[in-house]
Amino acid sequence: MSGMVEKRGISYWLTHVGLTSGVLVLFFPLWLAFVASTVTNQEVIHPPMPLWPGDQFLENYSRALIEGDSGQTSASVARMLFNTTVVATGIAVGKIVISFTSAFAIVFFRFPARNIFFWLIFLTLMLPVEVRILPTYEVVASFGLLNTYSGLIFPLIASATATFLFRQFFMTVPDEIVEAARIDGAKPMRFFIDILIPISRTNIAALFIIMFIYGWNQFLWPLLMTTDPSMNTVIMGVEQMIGGQDDVTPWPVVMAASIMAMLPPIIVVISMQKLFIRGLTDREK
Amino acid sequence: MEKRVYFKGWFLPALLIVPQLAITAIFFFYPAGTAIWWSLFNPDPFGLSTKFVGFANFDFLFSDPYYKESFYTTAIFSVLVTFFSMGLALFLAVLADRLIKGAGIYQTLLIWPYAVAPAIAGILWLFLFDTRTGLISWYLGLLGYDWNHLLNHNEAMGLVVAVSTWSRVSYNFLFFLAGLQAIPSTIIEAAAIDGARFWKRFWTIVFPLLSPMTFFLVVMNVVYAFFDTFGIIHTITKGGPGQSTTILVYKVYSDGFVGLDLGSSAAQSVILLIIVGILTILQFKFVEKKVHY
Amino acid sequence: MNKIIRNLVGTIMALCLFTGTVAAATEIHWWHAFKGRLGTLLAEQVDQFNAAQSEYIVVQNRKGNYSETLNAGIAAFRAKKHPHILMVFEVGTATMMAAKGAIKPMYEVMSEAGAKFNPDGFIGPVKGYYTTTTGEMLSMPYNSSTPVLWVNRDAFKKAGLNPDMDLSTWQKVGVALDKLKSSGNKCPLTTAWQSWVHLENMSAYHNIAFATKENGFAGMDTELVFNGPVQIKHIQAMGNWAKEGKFIYAGRRNEGGKAFRAGECALYTESSAGYAGIKKNAKFDFEIRHLPYWEGVKGAPQNTIIGGSSLWVLSGHSSKEYKGVAAFLSFLSSTVIQAAWHQNTGYLPVTLVASQKTKESGFYDSNPGTDIAGIQMTRKSPTSVSKGLRLGSFDQIRGMIDEELESVWSGKKTAKSALDDAVKRGNVLLRRFESSNR
Repeated sequence: MSGMVEKRGISYWLTHVGLTSGVLVLFFPLWLAFVASTVTNQEVIHPPMPLWPGDQFLENYSRALIEGDSGQTSASVARMLFNTTVVATGIAVGKIVISFTSAFAIVFFRFPARNIFFWLIFLTLMLPVEVRILPTYEVVASFGLLNTYSGLIFPLIASATATFLFRQFFMTVPDEIVEAARIDGAKPMRFFIDILIPISRTNIAALFIIMFIYGWNQFLWPLLMTTDPSMNTVIMGVEQMIGGQDDVTPWPVVMAASIMAMLPPIIVVISMQKLFIRGLTDREK
Repeated sequence: MEKRVYFKGWFLPALLIVPQLAITAIFFFYPAGTAIWWSLFNPDPFGLSTKFVGFANFDFLFSDPYYKESFYTTAIFSVLVTFFSMGLALFLAVLADRLIKGAGIYQTLLIWPYAVAPAIAGILWLFLFDTRTGLISWYLGLLGYDWNHLLNHNEAMGLVVAVSTWSRVSYNFLFFLAGLQAIPSTIIEAAAIDGARFWKRFWTIVFPLLSPMTFFLVVMNVVYAFFDTFGIIHTITKGGPGQSTTILVYKVYSDGFVGLDLGSSAAQSVILLIIVGILTILQFKFVEKKVHY
Repeated sequence: MNKIIRNLVGTIMALCLFTGTVAAATEIHWWHAFKGRLGTLLAEQVDQFNAAQSEYIVVQNRKGNYSETLNAGIAAFRAKKHPHILMVFEVGTATMMAAKGAIKPMYEVMSEAGAKFNPDGFIGPVKGYYTTTTGEMLSMPYNSSTPVLWVNRDAFKKAGLNPDMDLSTWQKVGVALDKLKSSGNKCPLTTAWQSWVHLENMSAYHNIAFATKENGFAGMDTELVFNGPVQIKHIQAMGNWAKEGKFIYAGRRNEGGKAFRAGECALYTESSAGYAGIKKNAKFDFEIRHLPYWEGVKGAPQNTIIGGSSLWVLSGHSSKEYKGVAAFLSFLSSTVIQAAWHQNTGYLPVTLVASQKTKESGFYDSNPGTDIAGIQMTRKSPTSVSKGLRLGSFDQIRGMIDEELESVWSGKKTAKSALDDAVKRGNVLLRRFESSNR
């Protein structure tokens, strides 16, 4: 990051005050989830709920792990973590790769029906999965992809978010850069690899985070299309602990499990952070 | 919008676009087309019989006064969610962009709400606002205010807007931040002046450069509010009280997925598709003119 | 791109080898909607069956909540990957019955397999819900419950009321509510499943029709008629109590349980299956009572009706597999299993013998009140309007009833206009269902 507010003036402190209050408001429900994961169920269900963590941390988190392992899913927590990582990474990488190339084609080339293709891809945003779930299941089943990673990944990467984002970003690439590349005799793919990918870094990082979390949190699709417990995902495991129908929910254990399920996406966020540094764009100019 | 400078040839771009088109065709157009085709039928869910009914599904919908009312509900809901989730995110992103030290911590904390699984997000907010037993409603009760989103229409709408906004702010924040980081620092530095003048400079210099990202986010947030919020509504209000939080997509979900009336839910999807399609075309035609690429 | 696909294909193949099992016994697949403690109990039943014989292996799979499970079953049926047994909630009964090519009626499965099966062993209202008017049982009742009145005795004492006071009629409940309210109780009465308790059961309990054609059992040309004087009187009374802060509305499902278990509410109308949860979490003295009725209505109290799920056998499997299904369903309806299920969950024992056996074991003496639901269901044999409901699109109709009732609780509509509107809107859906299934 290039520092804009180097000196510690009023503005510096106001910036921190603004951010801190934003964090406090947005983070409060999560804080409460954490508190709920450290107290007894009685404390959660008898109002008012406590605001400060209790002493049941180890108890609840170990129960979440053990129940995750011995619940009716019969897939171990490690197995579910592995599956979810494969699915989330597959969705994030797959979506970014196909969208990056197609947006490149749409923005930097002129070919017939270019805009029609863009709009066709764009349409995918406009029909929620729940509406088309029965026919999608049939398609996936007819390819023999039930209970497979491909079956979990492919229907979810058919979406336009990333294509649209890259299109928006590519439009801002100054014509001079493209012109210079062409005068140097650079082939389109050279330009793609040497220039376009590096300057798209922050956008790719942002998309990767968003898509990874999106894939990580999928519930309905994995639930419907897997019958083999060894294909279960983490959110299925967490949801399993919430009492259904006429049952009561052990909230502290559910919250402990939810918080643990959030950690891998957060690790992704933290490890992507160094890509959010301004600089390369300036050198390219 | 067109680029003035471009590469020649058609084979390479065709090759580049084929993977996405193929996946979209197989896993979206075919199934979605089937689902939409059902809008002209009254199919039984098991696929045993399908009876052609023409536009009867549409007639059925538009003869229902409650259905027409949910257009109004949807409009209010979408405008509020888009406005609040983008406004808050832009504010926080601009602040985070100004920092060198500590920005990483803020970023992580601000993205965290997005990591909450949608199945859990609604539950967390019910910890806060459940009538009588929720933390905030409990303390409001002590102050003599009876929070009851189950029977009070405005409180119900306020709550689903708040939760939908909350679970979207991180998304917008991250993309705004990415957009800000992609603006050359020479330009930002010119605007880096203390106090009130910062915001003035921001609106005149930085914000226009951010407009492609803002445009992307406006479109995506409208789509989000229209299509991706029924899970939250289902957990918190189930469309009630009465139908005061029944937005169009919630009815698609509850008629199609829960009630298994595939014909009607397909017809509703077609209507939704047309509305959002028109909205998007209008945005591309008129709003994008103001976007500075 | 290619590499990704290649890697994926590689992983898939590896996985197939990894998970491939040697099929010695015939597998019977059962998709259900149970998780948590109930899911564990269900899994134990399956394990018991699998351990008791070696010819068949039942494989149970949870597919989400009731709606998700039904959708999963339907999606799989369309792709010809469906299980043998599918759990369906009671409001989906009409949908399943209408899907003639997709189901294999239970009586047929049983008779073809030559399994011993006596439909008359099931208690009347449970059997009735899943049986045609000509007496053919179509699905196997699994979990069934009926609404009862839960009483927080401590709250009664605190309000200066005798916790043993008679609460058998709504008139007497009304008196108690007045007292609770005036003594400062913030939540005298709350409810779960408002349409199920206060309209569907309320109608059967007073022996009045909810819909024409025997509540839909005798034909799809049924029409809703729950806007009669008794129903209006009841909903109006509830509406008045809501206005006076005596009835607290807590949500469309069983959200009210949270406030009751937390000790906030004095009275709670909810399914008998709430037993395990209330017993576990209530830090107060509680008691189960019969659902109240309106004194002066002729024929009341009749019997209440059930809610819950039943197991449907899906078509398209081999006769050897159906033999296994029959064996498993007989096992599930056996007395030992049923008695244990009833005692562990608070669900009704679906057979008469299981109920008898539970009584003999002394369970009701050590767990007072757990027999109330059974008594309430069986003390009179069901009439044509108290067997249950068989209405298409009933899930959406319930949604409409919820909406209209909310407008009564908030004082926007009178009971009469709300029920009239609910009937009018619901009938449109019934006609739509009728035309799509003709």
